[in-house]
Amino acid sequence: MSDTIIISIIMTVIGASTPILLAALGELVVEKSGVLNLGIEGMMLIGAVVGFAVTLTTGFHLLGIVIAMFASTLSAMLFAYLTLTLTANQVATGLALTIFGIGISSLMGEPYVGKTIEIFSSWFPASLAEHPQLRVIFGYSPLVYVSLALTFGVSYFLKKTRAGLILRAVGESDISAHSIGYSVIGVRYAAVAFGGAMAGLAGCYFSLVLTPLWSEELTAGRGWIALALVVFAAWKPSRLLLGAYLFGAIMTLELHAKAAGFSFIAPELLAAMPYLATIVVLALISLRKSSGLAAPACLAKPFKPST
Amino acid sequence: MKLISRRNVLKSAAAASTLPLLGKSAFAMDPVKVAFVYLGPIGDHGWTYAHEQGRQAAIAKFGDAISTTIVENVAEGPDSERVIRRLAEEGNDLIFTCSFGYMNPTLKVAKRFKDVKFEHATGYKRAPNMATYNARFHEGRAICGTIAGHMSKTGTVGYIASFPIPEVVMGINAFTLAAQKINPDFKTNVLWVNSWYDPPKEADAATALIDQGADIITQHTDSPAALRVCEERDLLAFGQSWDMTSFAPKAHLTAIMDIWGPYYIDRIQKVMDKKWESADTWWGFKEGIVALAPYNERIPADVVAEAEAIKAGIIDGSYDVFTGPIKDQSGKVRLAEGRLTDGDLLSMDWYVEGVQS
Amino acid sequence: MLIELEKRKEPSQAMLYLTPVIAVLATMFVGGILFSLIGHNGFAAVREIFITPLIDTHKWQDLGIKAAPLILIAVGLSIGFRANVWNIGAEGQYIVGGLAGTGIALLTWELEGWWILPLMCIAGVIGGGLYASIPAFLKTKLNVNEILSSLMLTYAAIQLLYYLMRGPWKDPEGFNFPQTRLFNDSQILPEIIPGTIVHLGVPLAFLIAIIAWFVMSKSIFGFQIRVVGSAPAAARYGGFSAKRTIWAAMLIGGGFAGLAGIFEAAGPFQQMVPQFPTGYGFTAIIVAFLGRLHPIGIILGGLVLAVSYVGGEIAQTSLGLPNAAAGIFQAMMLFFLLATDILVKYRLKLNLAKQAGDAS
Repeated sequence: MSDTIIISIIMTVIGASTPILLAALGELVVEKSGVLNLGIEGMMLIGAVVGFAVTLTTGFHLLGIVIAMFASTLSAMLFAYLTLTLTANQVATGLALTIFGIGISSLMGEPYVGKTIEIFSSWFPASLAEHPQLRVIFGYSPLVYVSLALTFGVSYFLKKTRAGLILRAVGESDISAHSIGYSVIGVRYAAVAFGGAMAGLAGCYFSLVLTPLWSEELTAGRGWIALALVVFAAWKPSRLLLGAYLFGAIMTLELHAKAAGFSFIAPELLAAMPYLATIVVLALISLRKSSGLAAPACLAKPFKPST
Repeated sequence: MKLISRRNVLKSAAAASTLPLLGKSAFAMDPVKVAFVYLGPIGDHGWTYAHEQGRQAAIAKFGDAISTTIVENVAEGPDSERVIRRLAEEGNDLIFTCSFGYMNPTLKVAKRFKDVKFEHATGYKRAPNMATYNARFHEGRAICGTIAGHMSKTGTVGYIASFPIPEVVMGINAFTLAAQKINPDFKTNVLWVNSWYDPPKEADAATALIDQGADIITQHTDSPAALRVCEERDLLAFGQSWDMTSFAPKAHLTAIMDIWGPYYIDRIQKVMDKKWESADTWWGFKEGIVALAPYNERIPADVVAEAEAIKAGIIDGSYDVFTGPIKDQSGKVRLAEGRLTDGDLLSMDWYVEGVQS
Repeated sequence: MLIELEKRKEPSQAMLYLTPVIAVLATMFVGGILFSLIGHNGFAAVREIFITPLIDTHKWQDLGIKAAPLILIAVGLSIGFRANVWNIGAEGQYIVGGLAGTGIALLTWELEGWWILPLMCIAGVIGGGLYASIPAFLKTKLNVNEILSSLMLTYAAIQLLYYLMRGPWKDPEGFNFPQTRLFNDSQILPEIIPGTIVHLGVPLAFLIAIIAWFVMSKSIFGFQIRVVGSAPAAARYGGFSAKRTIWAAMLIGGGFAGLAGIFEAAGPFQQMVPQFPTGYGFTAIIVAFLGRLHPIGIILGGLVLAVSYVGGEIAQTSLGLPNAAAGIFQAMMLFFLLATDILVKYRLKLNLAKQAGDAS
């Protein structure tokens, strides 16, 4: 294989991985706070359609992205209000959010089907972004660099900051966190909001960078892969990055291999791989409890301070 | 319906004014009720959009002599059966079901409603009150292949394909054979995405094919995502189902357009004349249901002239891309001389030499 | 805050049954306003979606057919939910059940006989149950969260379906279209009301829900499930094995979903196609909640959801309402139900005096 092919493959893999990474980063923070939001797919779709509509109307990608993140966060707040304030079941509410997101996005997106916009492409000068070799570093959409920065940001936040410590405490033992005087509900609201914003950003990646189009259910189930990725990474941001690129590679390398004339494995098995691998990781985590890799203890459990 | 106000009806308006006031004033009868069942949203700018344009053409032609209903986004399977049955119960005279997956549901409803006439697109099962129709898309593929044969510098074209059904297989073969008449070493690299509509995956597939040396992408899937990739990379591509120039003004060479209007008008007219019969219709350039989108300026004039000559040859019957000798992938001669029959094409499950799939 | 929540001493039975009704009514009201705001005739939409399917007797057969799989799956899931076992992978179990039954149908496609159909149904139950046993095993042996494992398995099941349809199970006479051959007459569920499309699976689904009601309310098993769910400590004290309960809940949930799968394949589909998964397994979770995890409530909940589907299609042809509307109404219904859920355990109290110094 020549350099150009390898570079191109790397770029395709990173391109396919970025939206999953973005959405999973948000969900990781949500889950670390002890909340399971199964509405990623719905929030992503809302972000995708709003981002596309605003960009198409105004011509400004950044404005589209900001408003999309706001819209997704708004939908996440609906989830937060139901599950945190009203202590509704998180699984059911998350699924409802996904159904809602699919419906509302295709309703809102109806006038935008069949339209297209400029790709939100690299900000680096063409001499770098389109350079045959250097494009592997400079040739991406700004969102790719944002996803990397956020990965380190989230990792730093959870490990090194006091707020991150509080967030983890809330996820591990809500009752003790509450008794020390932290606002469990407040922390969780903030985490869910962050998750919503990130899902919106991920949605924008589909409609502003990858395709750039709007079509119904544009994200085609990739929200569930993001959910799997959080578990696959055992709730660790650094592993999230590796896992995202691995899942992205699984999704795209099949196409590259087939285009090159190799057909070594059923594409369906490859497509099922992220989910099966996640189950294996879940089992391994449970086998090796001592390694410190485990689901947040309070995941999906409602918290209602006794009054 | 909402559509009429929303979609542009320029063409309809122009056509309507020149029409004789058939149906309505001449016979003063109830309008013929016609229903359409669509797989996707009408705005998909591909398959469903093309059928919708066909309906608009019928409205333009018949005006008040017909009343039409559409149901979009109908899932294949029992949901479609319910929708089709409901349309039959509501007194529609003629129901077009516009996706392969509606075949068995349409047949089941047709057996129950003997007085209603059904028309199923792209299928192979018929009944006395259920006809089938399809278009000879492979005729258009032959033109695209000819253009690709001239325009491809690498001699390799990427072909994004959905499922290995005869319609797709014959399209791949027609494209490749036509291109090989220009460039005998022409290769078609086929990539199956196992979907009719998955924009992110189609975009990735285009990238993968380009990386393997393709400098033109053609597709038998419905989204314009691959065109966008080619536009971005300054390569060339063909559109699908409808003119997709607006998505990729530089890259879009031409597109095979599905013009269902003439067929819908013909069948509705037959219902009005009480001459409707179940049939298997397979029209092409000649009848005007396959057409080409405007050629891109980047195609040299002599290539355009050649493409037009082939189109004329297809219409008068002097050109058939499936003329022997044809070898398959293994080098075996499948057809020494003469032409393949429609029956051969409709059960085609082999690829010609030069196809990598 | 003017309105405060006050914990009830006991959950309100009235609210338990009233809140689903409130949720449906609120959905109709808010949905009507919402769709009016975006330029549709909102209240005509509500009428077409929620009322027309009920008053048009032609539509009743459609309601039955659409509700049957939802009810069957939801009854199975509700037993698990009551025991705090969160199997949300019913969609996968439905697919595998359908595939297992289809496997029998393809093996016997040249045969005839009364025994084929029951065998297919048994295969469906076993298929769904086996698929659910994976999360059950992981949960009981390794304490793996069943929400995550059962959900992941759903997406693996979809790929298994695609693989079989495109490869080994493809109809050899079907011109390479990715679907199986049609089932023969011994392999399809007979129509039970002549002139309609109501197949045997529909009354069976309702019957199974009613049997489940008896079992859950009258038997020791039903009692055990409820105790394990509501008071795990008491259950341990009473000698009920939590592990056995998890197994039972998962197997019942998977078995019911598998049965629904083969009913659907041998009923409305009469073959297996890649479009087989239509989200019944997920919608059934809404149905289970809407029905308050009670079999009779689930029958009603299943019918409400079926009304929204069938009505959504009616609204599409009569009002030109987009297809997405039905999904939005369904999600709203669940949102409202979950929001009003709190009224079961808390009561609303108007508090004027404490307004100033309100701390909570």
